[in-house]
Amino acid sequence: RASESEGEKEAIVADFHKKIKDAFEVFDHESNNTVDVREIGTIIRSLGCCPTEGELHDLIAEVEEEEPTGFIRYEKFLPVMTKVLLERKYRPIPEDVLLRAFEVLDTAKHGFLTKEELIKYMTEEGEPFSQEEMEEMLSAAIDPESNSINYKEYITMMVIDEN
Amino acid sequence: MGCSSSSTKINSAKNALKAALVIQNWYRGYRARLKARQHYALTIFQSIEYADEQGQMQLSNFFSFMLENYRKIQNDDPAIVTRLLETNLQDSQNKHAYMGLIEVPDSYDGPRLKFPLTFTDIDLLLKAFQQQQILHAYYVLEVLFEAKKVLKQMPNFTHIQTSPYKEITVCGDLHGKLEDLLLIFYKNGLPSVNNQYVFNGDFVDRGKNSTEILMILLVSFLVYPNELHLNRGNHEDFMMNLRYGFTREILQKYKLHGKKILKSVEEIYTWLPIGTIIDNEILIIHGGISESTDLNLLHQIQRNKMKSVLMPPVSNREFDSSLKNKASSSSATPGTSEDSSSEQLTKHEWEQIVDLLWSDPKGRKGCYPNTSRGGGCYFGPDITAKILNKNQLKMIIRSHECKPDGYDICHDGKVITIFSASNYYDEGSNRGAYIKLCYNTAPRFFQYQVTTTSCLNPLHQRVATMENRAIKILKERMISQKTDLINAFQLRDHSKTGKISLAQWAFSMESVLELKLPWRSLRSHLVKTDSDGNVDYMSSFQDVHIERPMEEATSPLVETLYRYRSDLNIIFNIMDSDHSGLISMEEFRTMWKLFTYHYNVQIDDSQFDEVINKMDVNKDGSIDFNEFFMAFHVVHKYDKNATDITLPN
Repeated sequence: RASESEGEKEAIVADFHKKIKDAFEVFDHESNNTVDVREIGTIIRSLGCCPTEGELHDLIAEVEEEEPTGFIRYEKFLPVMTKVLLERKYRPIPEDVLLRAFEVLDTAKHGFLTKEELIKYMTEEGEPFSQEEMEEMLSAAIDPESNSINYKEYITMMVIDEN
Repeated sequence: MGCSSSSTKINSAKNALKAALVIQNWYRGYRARLKARQHYALTIFQSIEYADEQGQMQLSNFFSFMLENYRKIQNDDPAIVTRLLETNLQDSQNKHAYMGLIEVPDSYDGPRLKFPLTFTDIDLLLKAFQQQQILHAYYVLEVLFEAKKVLKQMPNFTHIQTSPYKEITVCGDLHGKLEDLLLIFYKNGLPSVNNQYVFNGDFVDRGKNSTEILMILLVSFLVYPNELHLNRGNHEDFMMNLRYGFTREILQKYKLHGKKILKSVEEIYTWLPIGTIIDNEILIIHGGISESTDLNLLHQIQRNKMKSVLMPPVSNREFDSSLKNKASSSSATPGTSEDSSSEQLTKHEWEQIVDLLWSDPKGRKGCYPNTSRGGGCYFGPDITAKILNKNQLKMIIRSHECKPDGYDICHDGKVITIFSASNYYDEGSNRGAYIKLCYNTAPRFFQYQVTTTSCLNPLHQRVATMENRAIKILKERMISQKTDLINAFQLRDHSKTGKISLAQWAFSMESVLELKLPWRSLRSHLVKTDSDGNVDYMSSFQDVHIERPMEEATSPLVETLYRYRSDLNIIFNIMDSDHSGLISMEEFRTMWKLFTYHYNVQIDDSQFDEVINKMDVNKDGSIDFNEFFMAFHVVHKYDKNATDITLPN
C-alpha cells in the first residue's frame, strides 16, 4: 500500500516538474535557466494558481537570490513551485464567489456596475490595479453604450473563454 | 443606533475591500494566463520560423552535394546547375543596353522619377506608395542600375562619425512592412544631410511591400549616399526571397519585367555593405559574430562574391574553372571580370559572412552552431567581450531577432538588438523600435506599433486570434509528418489501445517534429485526453488532412511532397530559368532521385512516376509546378475559409 502511493506521488511530482519546466522555459529567453523576476507572477498564474499580490511577493522572496539579481533561477524556482502545486495552494476563485464579490460592490443591486464605480473600486481598494491592468479590464468588460459592466454576463464570457 | 450604523459602515467597508481583492485576484490570474497563451503562440511562430530557416540551410547542403556530383548525373549540365553556376549576365556598363526597350506609357499615372534624384523624388515615392501605387518597371530598373554603380564604390564597412549635433538613427528588420517605415519617417523625420540613418538589413520578404521599401531605401541612398547607410541582412539573398515572398511579390507586381528586376536585385544584394562602424566604437551588423570573426579579413574580402547563403563555395577544381569560363564568356567588357584567381570566396571567407548575417547572442558562454536556424552560431557574452576587445570596440548593434519591445539589450549592455517591424508574427505580437545615437551619449530607444482596427480589440480576442493562427500552423506541421508521428506513438502503445501517457506523447511530438515547445501546455489544443489523463493520439488528425490530388498518391508520398514543398518549389524556380512555370519531366525525375537520396526519403519510384505522368496534363513532357503545388494543400475540416496559410512562396 505504502509503496503504491509512494509511486503515485513520485509520478505526480514528475508530472508537476514537467509542467513547471514547460511554463518556465517559455519565458527563459536566454535559454540559460533564468527568467526575469517580473515574469514570475505570470508563470505561477499560468500554472493555475491565484496568489494575491502579497502572496506573490512572499513567493518571490523565497525564490530570489540572497542578493537579488533581477533574475530567478530555475533551480530555486522548481522546489518552491512544486510544493505550491502539491499543497494545492492559491486555488483559483470559484465562479460563484466571484459573482458574490461583484454583488457586494453593487450596493444598489442594479445587476451592473458603472465604469466609474469599477475604476474606483479596482484602483482604490484591495491591491489596486495598475493603469495598464485597469485599461485592459475595461476594454473587455465595459459595454460602450451603457458605460457599465453587466458582471454576470462578463463572468460567463470569461469562463467560456478560459475553457 | 449610532454604534450599529458605524459598525455597519465598517463592515461594509471591510466587505468592499474583500470583494475588491477577490475580483483583482481573479482578474490578475486570468490576465496572466492570457499573457502566457500569447507567449506560447509567439514561441510557436518563432520556433517554426527558425525550423524553416534550418530547412533552408539543409537545402544549401543539397545544392552543394548536387554541384559536386553533377558530372555523375547526366552528360549535360542540368538546367539547375547551369543556373547556379551562371554569374552576372548584366555586367553591362551601358545603361541603354541594360534598360532595353522599356518605355513608360503616357497612360501611366504612377510616380515618375527624375534622374539625378533629389529629395523631391523621395517625397514623391512616399506619397505614391501610401496610395498603393506601383512604381513602373522602367524606374525600378533605373534605380537599381544607378544604385549598383554607387554601391560598388563602397567599402565592406562604412565608417561614420557622430558629433554633438549629428545624431544617427539605426533601424532594424523591416521585412516589407511599409507602414512601419512610414511611421519611422513620420516620427523621426525623412533622411537628409542632418538626419542620418542606418538600415540594418532584412528590408524584404514576408511583408507585402518589400518592393516599395527597397525602392524608398535605394532612392534615399542615391540622394544621400553619405547619410543613408544600408547593411546587408540574411534576407538580402535571392534564394531566401524564393521561399519567403519577395520573388513572388515582384513577379506579381511586374508581370512583364519581373525576371529582369529579380536579376538586378540579386546583384544589388551582393554589393550591399556588410556593416557599419560608428565612431570606431560601435559595430552594426545584421546578425552577430562568432569566436573566429576577423574584422580585418572582412574589410578586405570581395563581398560581391557572396551570392547566397545557399551557395557555399564548392571545393572542386574542375568546377571552379568551369565557373571562370562561364564568367569570362558572359562579361560584356574585359575589364569587368574579377581580377582574383577564383570566382568564389574561400570557405573560410564565406563562413565569416554567414556568421555576421545569421548569428544570435545567447546567455550561455562560448560559441556553438546555431542549430535553430541552421547557419551562423550562438555567441555568448565572453565571445562578445573577446571580439570587442580585440578590435577596440565598445558595442554591437544587431537585428535579426524579433523582440516583443522592439529592442533588447544583453551581454551586459554590450549587445543591442533592434527590430523595426511591429506586429511581425501577428497583430499585437510586438512593438517596433529604432535607436538614436549621439556623440558621447547613451543610446536612446524609440518604440512604436502600427495600429489597425484589430489592435483595438480587447486583449482576450487578440490573444485568441493569434493563438488560433499559431495552432493552425502547428497542426499543418504535424500533418506533414503524420506517418512518422504515428509510428512514434504506436511504438509506445504496447497494448494497442490508441492511447499513451501525456509524457510519452510530449516526448514523441518533440523528437519527431524537432520543435522545442511546451507540449503539455499546448496539449488541449492539439489532441483529446480521457479522464485518466491519457492521450488519444489519433484524435489530432481527425479534423485536418492533406488534400490528395489524385488516387495514385498514397499517404507517405503526399506527406513527403507536402513537407518538402517549399524546398521543391525553390529548386523548381531555380531550374525554371525563364520563369515559365514549366520544367521538363526528365529534369524533374533526375532532381527527385537526387533529392530523395540526399534527404533520405523512402518513396517508391514507380508510384512517383505515376503521379508525375498524371501531372503532365498536356502530355508534352513538361510539368506546371505551380499547379503541382496547388494540388497539395492542407484542409482544416472546421475552417470556414479553407485557405492554406502556408502555401509555398
